[in-house]
Amino acid sequence: MKSKGLTKVDLIFESIDAKEVLAKAFSMTPEEIINQVLESGLKGRGGAGFPTGMKWKFTAAEKDPEKYIVCNADEGEPGTFKDREILDRVVYKVYGGMAIAGKAMGAKKGYIYLRGEYRFLLPQLYLELHKFQKMIAEIGYDFTIEYRMGSGAYICGEESALFESIEGFRGEPRNKPPYPTTSGLFSKPTSINNVETLVTAMMIIAKGPQEYVKLGTKDSRGSKVFSISGDTPIPGIFELELGMTVQEFVNEFGDGDTKAVQVGGASGFCVPRKKFEDTIIGFEGVPTGGSMKLFNSSRSMYNVLHNYLDFFTEESCGQCTPCRVGCQQLLKGVEKVKKGEAKSTYLNELVKLADTMKVASKCGLGQSVGNAFRSIVENFREEIIY
Amino acid sequence: MYQTGNMVKELADKYGRKRESLMPILQDIVKKHNYLTDEAMVEVATELDISAAEVYGTASFYTFLDTEERGKNVIRVCKTITCSMKGKNDVISTLEEILKIKVGQTTPDKMFTLLETNCIGWCHKAPAMLVNDMPYTDLSSETVIDVIKGYMRK
Ligand SMILES: Cc1cc2nc3c(=O)[nH]c(=O)nc-3n(C[C@H](O)[C@H](O)[C@H](O)COP(=O)(O)O)c2cc1C
Ligand code: SF4
Ligand code: FES
Repeated sequence: MKSKGLTKVDLIFESIDAKEVLAKAFSMTPEEIINQVLESGLKGRGGAGFPTGMKWKFTAAEKDPEKYIVCNADEGEPGTFKDREILDRVVYKVYGGMAIAGKAMGAKKGYIYLRGEYRFLLPQLYLELHKFQKMIAEIGYDFTIEYRMGSGAYICGEESALFESIEGFRGEPRNKPPYPTTSGLFSKPTSINNVETLVTAMMIIAKGPQEYVKLGTKDSRGSKVFSISGDTPIPGIFELELGMTVQEFVNEFGDGDTKAVQVGGASGFCVPRKKFEDTIIGFEGVPTGGSMKLFNSSRSMYNVLHNYLDFFTEESCGQCTPCRVGCQQLLKGVEKVKKGEAKSTYLNELVKLADTMKVASKCGLGQSVGNAFRSIVENFREEIIY
Repeated sequence: MYQTGNMVKELADKYGRKRESLMPILQDIVKKHNYLTDEAMVEVATELDISAAEVYGTASFYTFLDTEERGKNVIRVCKTITCSMKGKNDVISTLEEILKIKVGQTTPDKMFTLLETNCIGWCHKAPAMLVNDMPYTDLSSETVIDVIKGYMRK
């Protein structure tokens, strides 16, 4: 596979004349908006990577006059902090993206679900919201946005758990189907999109999809904001074109001694040094919601794995057995192997358990514990055992 | 323990008495008092005309909706991987030393509660913690003392 190389981009944080872009969007038909987003190839930036244009199209096709656009600002994946920066610096583009989505789907109301850890941002976000509501009133468009707060539960980033939380219940994921586009918030057709997805959609309308498709690869169009942390001399938030290899990424952000990169947070994949060259960061290789953690050779991958399992054990909502019990068993299991209380071959049993969790768990949390588990255990087996 | 007085009724007037009003009401009580008493939850249940078990069942799901007594200032130190790699243990031991409590405990004067939490979205400036709503980042044993002294004076 040919790589695109590493290129810095400035799209998400670029300032634009929001009023002009929105006036343009509101003069388009819903089909025109949806077609432009489809043409751009934009896939959701929250992790799962569902084509945004399709989501809007499905929601638009529903007959119910009451629909919602929900912005997922729960940002709980360990190692992700780009949505906070986007909200902090260009929240007017988040509001703009929601209004455009609203126009495309026929939704008059939007909700933003903001994680409780980001409550300190609220005064400033409300100030900007006030300005925004005034601006769209001037354009003569009817659309309102409200905030709802999280209260420290990672699972509430999962879309159906997030709806439960807004509705005033425990954040326990729902069965799917029905999907949110037919029955989401308050059982109404709903499009739920990540903060960055909404900003990107607005930029696609601003610049035109032809401009946007120049960036990225066939499977991963455009650019993406990365949250970079761990053993790097330059931790922070960087917008990069999609399609680079992990090696190119490490050349730019590593400290010269990188032994592994965890792509996509605790629910993502661990890429070891020997695979840096042939792994593309994007949907054709390792997908990511933006979390990139670098580990150098001084780090114990056992500690990394243990920390992730501890995280999942705490954050599992406990609703279904494979995930609730599975997380605990994986955690206890690696501890036993480490202490020598179980043979190293026991790790194979644990990998099987993680695979079972992938098929038997109800939601993405339980289904993705195996990603980090398998990729760390397979690539750093000795570090787990000794 | 605190007295709710008219608070719950006022919050219900503000946010409404529907099921979806529950989270904003509980969150506002916690913002003011840092935890939920049984009395407060029963009052909320009465206002919203749902059972107290529903209110408790919902609150207990959310880490930040504490149902145990908390101090005036709740410290939550991030224990996820990057903070853990970058010195979270030093931050915790310094806090334990100056507050003379362990993680999970509240000072006898009810000024501080010390807790750990999962990734708070500041990994590029690890280690990080929240005191109530405010994030503090790039912490060291020295800077964390300054932060806490600031709250002692308040
Ligand atoms: C356990 C779990 C946590 C999630 N957390 C988030 C989150 O914090 N932010 C987010 O945008 N999506 C999160 N997602 C993905 C959402 O369910 C959903 O796919 C996403 O918000 C859709 O937006 P997008 O299509 O724009 O990416 C999470 C999924 C799971 C299973
Ligand atoms: S997979 Fe885990 S988090 Fe998801 S519903 Fe089941 S127990 Fe809850
Ligand atoms: S790991 Fe501590 S803030 Fe993310």
